[in-house]
Amino acid sequence: MKKQYFLNANIVDPHNSIEEIGGLIINENGKIEAVGKKVNKNNIPSREKFIDLNEKYIFPGLVDMRVFVGEPGYEYKENFKTLSNAALAGGVTSVVTMPNTEPVVDNVSIVDFLKRRGRDKSKINIYPTASLTKNLEGTNMTEFGLLKKKGIVAFTDGLKTIQNTRLMSRIMKSAHDLDCLIMQHAEDFELSKGGMVNDGIISTKLGLQGIPDIAEKIIIERDLSLLEDFNCRYHISQVSSSKSIETIEYKKQKVNFTTGVSINNLSLNENDIGEFRTFLKLSPPLRTEDDRESLIKGINKDLIDVIVSDHKPEDEEQKRLTFYQAATGASGVETLLPLSLELFHNGSIKLNKIIQLLTSNPAKILKIDKGNLSTGNDADFCIVDIYKPWIVKKEKIKSKSKNTSIDDKKLQGIVTNTFVKGIELFKI
Amino acid sequence: MASAIAKAIKISQKHLLGIQDLSISDINIILSEAKNFISLNKSKNKKLDLLRGKTQINLFFEPSTRTQSSFELAGKRLGADVMSMNITNSAIKKGETLIDTAMTLNAMHPDIIVIRHQDSGACNLLSQKVNCSVLNAGDGRREHPTQALLDALTIIDRKKKIEGLKIAICGDILHSRVARSNIYLLNMLGAEINIIAPTNLMPKDIGKLGVNPFSDMKKGIKDCDIVMMLRLQNERMTSSFLSSNREYYEYYGLTPDKLKFAKHDALIMHPGPMNRGIEIDTNLADDINKSVIKEQVELGVAVRMACLKIFCE
Repeated sequence: MKKQYFLNANIVDPHNSIEEIGGLIINENGKIEAVGKKVNKNNIPSREKFIDLNEKYIFPGLVDMRVFVGEPGYEYKENFKTLSNAALAGGVTSVVTMPNTEPVVDNVSIVDFLKRRGRDKSKINIYPTASLTKNLEGTNMTEFGLLKKKGIVAFTDGLKTIQNTRLMSRIMKSAHDLDCLIMQHAEDFELSKGGMVNDGIISTKLGLQGIPDIAEKIIIERDLSLLEDFNCRYHISQVSSSKSIETIEYKKQKVNFTTGVSINNLSLNENDIGEFRTFLKLSPPLRTEDDRESLIKGINKDLIDVIVSDHKPEDEEQKRLTFYQAATGASGVETLLPLSLELFHNGSIKLNKIIQLLTSNPAKILKIDKGNLSTGNDADFCIVDIYKPWIVKKEKIKSKSKNTSIDDKKLQGIVTNTFVKGIELFKI
Repeated sequence: MASAIAKAIKISQKHLLGIQDLSISDINIILSEAKNFISLNKSKNKKLDLLRGKTQINLFFEPSTRTQSSFELAGKRLGADVMSMNITNSAIKKGETLIDTAMTLNAMHPDIIVIRHQDSGACNLLSQKVNCSVLNAGDGRREHPTQALLDALTIIDRKKKIEGLKIAICGDILHSRVARSNIYLLNMLGAEINIIAPTNLMPKDIGKLGVNPFSDMKKGIKDCDIVMMLRLQNERMTSSFLSSNREYYEYYGLTPDKLKFAKHDALIMHPGPMNRGIEIDTNLADDINKSVIKEQVELGVAVRMACLKIFCE
């Protein structure tokens, strides 16, 4: 590999507190040699070719903490190769995959398979999670220690929530002993049973069973209370309501934990469901505009640490059904960054903050050395034209499943190039 | 009268999916058309040929006696070829999706499809996939527009107006499409609406639809001109909403005692089928001076004839 020079870029690297115009040098081994304003035309060898980015942006490659891949078992929805291509188109270079596959990622032998497939078929960094309980049944714990040794970065039942309080306390104790990260999807299944959309005027009008916001809050309250007694690395996968934010704010004074939010809940609200748009059947559900605004405030008050795509590919057959029958979830890894940039353009959140929640924060929670432009680290990054307008078209989506929640949405900001280990793997 | 029926009329919608989609003018068109059919249905020769050559498919995914027979009779009286799909023998039971069924039926060039489905929004999905008009005969908990229209026609027939009336809708509001359609329709026509239900059977934020919610039946029914009772939909209840039917009857069943709180000339309505002794006292239900339940069924055919005629065009 030849040395590469990128000059005159807007560099945002929250991990290293860099937010300035400067350059990036990648060495022959695909590592970052130098970054920042000190890298400019005057201090690189004159014989070297460089690329002038004309003040386009360089961000560290995104770390998406919540991605569903269909492998194994649902390859027709998404495989590692298609996931990798979709992620690269969105500037995402590391993904954390959920264990809700067939079979479930709940034992060491399947982790070997995943790592092999991930390595052979995908060009991005794959960080698999394993389930908290065997076969996601919510009864018996998986082997956290052995799985962690195989390279599992976190444990979660993905779409499911540990309902049993005693089991949850035991999970926390084990996670404490073995220094494991627990990620909980917060939903009381008795309260949310049969629910499809937020419980409120929209559910009443559409005649759909509602999911009350309290179903999320109760699990968060329970877990954070347990956490006071059984401290461990604990992460709330996604929050969706102002009630949950209030609880988080209160508990932040007592215990350490982290919180994620889906870009869907940050950008859309229940009104977007319109007349039964099944592509917006999501979990957690889209809630009110007040809830959405409280999530934005939550980010600005450092109550939320991570923005995720909650990428859940579903083939069209699973969405061309009545709302009740339709599958839950939306494809979103490739629009995570552009949609997040909308929050910058509309003045909701500062750019540096958004990038922090998409790069360095998730990496820190996962304890992986990604999501930064530190010297000597792998050159995983993306180049972004943050002002370029474009329109999302589901036909053009690279993911194998086209169930985007934002078809035909006008966005501003597009990833033009994505690099992993110094190699350009995506170019618009 | 034939000339009056044949008069050109315009409606804003292609499909009848819900009252929410209609304007007041649409509603008046349907109701005035229906009035024309009331006397026809009482006459000796009930057959017209307005829809001769048209094909009407009734697609009922949920069991129904009165709505299905009402739509079938309405179509036949207008001269349409009516086919009622027997869902238990159909491909849907073999795993075919609603859209595939819609495409199959569409290929047979029907002029109108009447659909009842247990899922809210099923009729909307169907309407996106077929070329003909779709009439909603009830979708999940969402809407049952022809029921609301026939209820309005019944009220107008007896009270000569709807505007200014005080109407109580009482019962299992949570699971009721009849309640929702009636709320939209009666609201639009200027009635004041009280909604009465135990809080467990009250949909969230119902007040935002412009109604007054009550959990005390006597307060809710006070001075009402119309008391519309709804069926307790036990088949839709997945977990414990109520302790028992007898307690429900004690607090929310319509009895002569509770009816005293309404106006002395208040009318009792019920979309049927009734659970006698659970939501309504059996003698009250049959009291021809107070109950218009049979009239509702009778006018239902007229309303459905009007809808078929209007939406077939």
